[in-house]
Amino acid sequence: MGRITLRNVTKGFGEVTVIPSLDLEIDDGEFVVFVGPSGCGKSTLLRLIAGLEDASGGQILIDGADATRVPPARRQLAMVFQSYALYPHMTVRNNIAFPLRMAGVDPATAARKVEAAARVLNLTAYLDRRPGQLSGGQRQRVAIGRAIVREPKAFLFDEPLSNLDAALRGAMRLEITELHQSLRTTMVYVTHDQVEAMTMADTIVVLNAGRIEQVGSPLDLYNRPANVFVAGFIGSPRMNLIGGADAAAMGAATIGVRPEHIDIAADGPWRGQVTVAERLGADTFLHVAVEGIGPMTVRAGGGHGATHGDTIGLTPQAGRIHRFGQDGRAL
Amino acid sequence: MARAVSPQRKAAMTALAWGVALLIFFPILWMVLTSFKTEATAVAQPPQWLFFDWTVENYVTVQAQRDYFGFFLNSVIIAVGSTALGLLVAVPAAWSMAFVPGARTRDLLMWMLSTKMMPAVAVLVPIYLIFVRLGLLDTRIGLVVVLMLINLPIIVWMLYTYFREIPAEILEAARMDGATLRSEILYVLTPMAVPGIASTVLLNIILAWNEAFWTITLTTVDAAPLTKFISSFSSPQGLFYAKLSAASTMAIAPILIMGWFSQKQLVRGLTFGAVK
Repeated sequence: MGRITLRNVTKGFGEVTVIPSLDLEIDDGEFVVFVGPSGCGKSTLLRLIAGLEDASGGQILIDGADATRVPPARRQLAMVFQSYALYPHMTVRNNIAFPLRMAGVDPATAARKVEAAARVLNLTAYLDRRPGQLSGGQRQRVAIGRAIVREPKAFLFDEPLSNLDAALRGAMRLEITELHQSLRTTMVYVTHDQVEAMTMADTIVVLNAGRIEQVGSPLDLYNRPANVFVAGFIGSPRMNLIGGADAAAMGAATIGVRPEHIDIAADGPWRGQVTVAERLGADTFLHVAVEGIGPMTVRAGGGHGATHGDTIGLTPQAGRIHRFGQDGRAL
Repeated sequence: MARAVSPQRKAAMTALAWGVALLIFFPILWMVLTSFKTEATAVAQPPQWLFFDWTVENYVTVQAQRDYFGFFLNSVIIAVGSTALGLLVAVPAAWSMAFVPGARTRDLLMWMLSTKMMPAVAVLVPIYLIFVRLGLLDTRIGLVVVLMLINLPIIVWMLYTYFREIPAEILEAARMDGATLRSEILYVLTPMAVPGIASTVLLNIILAWNEAFWTITLTTVDAAPLTKFISSFSSPQGLFYAKLSAASTMAIAPILIMGWFSQKQLVRGLTFGAVK
């Protein structure tokens, strides 16, 4: 079981309040991703769950039991750090075995579990090496191995892929997702990368300035952003947000249209000049200076021929326009 | 980055460096040479450099008059004992200062170090009286405790500097892995800090070995270390330079040999953390 409940949790460092007051329910077996810009409190929130930071107020329950004052060692959670945080003086084998040793597991059982974890993570050949002799991806796998051997109630990941290069990041993303599918253990994952959030999560928690902006499935957040912040944060390239007369005409303070929901049509209501055309092969992203509105991003097909200086017309797809009120909330 | 230096300038700098090094080394060299002279050649004018009748009689006499190994053993016990006891106190102290610093941690560290700026003689009377009351005069345990207290600020400072270099995330990982505070310090922090701890140990053994004020003042016979051994040759029968030199050479030889073999470790230790 690995059910984590946060009730009115607050956290401040001295005078500075990082998390004002927050409630959250994480179900057993769920893959939850905390996402938000840097400094939004997502890592702090994870560290509160881990017990590495003490909550200034509120309650943290793990499987219904109050864990607010329980030291990290006894919360039965495992954590994978951004810097891997491997023990440099120990071999891979001893790194992975360390939590078992701390739990007093007998050496024979521990050795068996380490071997099993190493097999799953393709680390068998490296068991007698030290972390310094491994590549970044291998180190990250050792950190994951160290987390899985102790069969924790939940895994906590603190931006585990941000030190890896793009190709490796994609591969590890897949590995972690597969790991979750085979273990079905609760995972709480912190990232600032919304692609990671969208592709891995069952549930995404969007954080901003220590507050939860929205909780939902990736497609929920994409299709029905609760407010301007979520609308702008989820989706890549980001949603075009338009204020002024165009918004007022639709009875909103701000309207939003995603780049993929704008069609290029000569007779479209919006006209503008292409400033940059980014060709990615499958897609072409056109940055357009629209008259009376400003810069807008549009996704066109990979073969679209528009280039710098061309004037084009744009039409938002019907039913794909998000409307937000004065307070930023979706209408 | 290397700076361009003309060959002449480089040669001059090298000569200067050698000059300074020899100047520092000269007293020790002279002491060793003197220890192989007779008392007469030792004070001869002009001084005799290398061409004199070399003799080991001073060493024989010194060993016959005082049991060198008794003093040596005391020195070893006091130096190693005070360092070990110091580590036992300093590791947890440095751990808490490095990883759970409070608002006053820096002040505390400065205060600890400031005690080293106080002249030792200022606390001679109180410490002497405490030793008398507790029956610690001329005991090894008494000296172990005093030298530990004297060097503790340095041990704590050095360990603090080393511990600060260890990423806190690794200790947090240990905590997440179920390590108690004791296991965290024992299995993770200490092994990672081994190079630092080694140079701290070396430096402290040297400091304790060379400490003369307290070891001479607080001992008579039973706990007397090599510092007392040297000083005992200086007064009663007038100055016998050759014998005094032989005694001094014997006293510093062990620490000199140890220092020689561990110089790499020591230099690394003293400059550690100076550059990232």
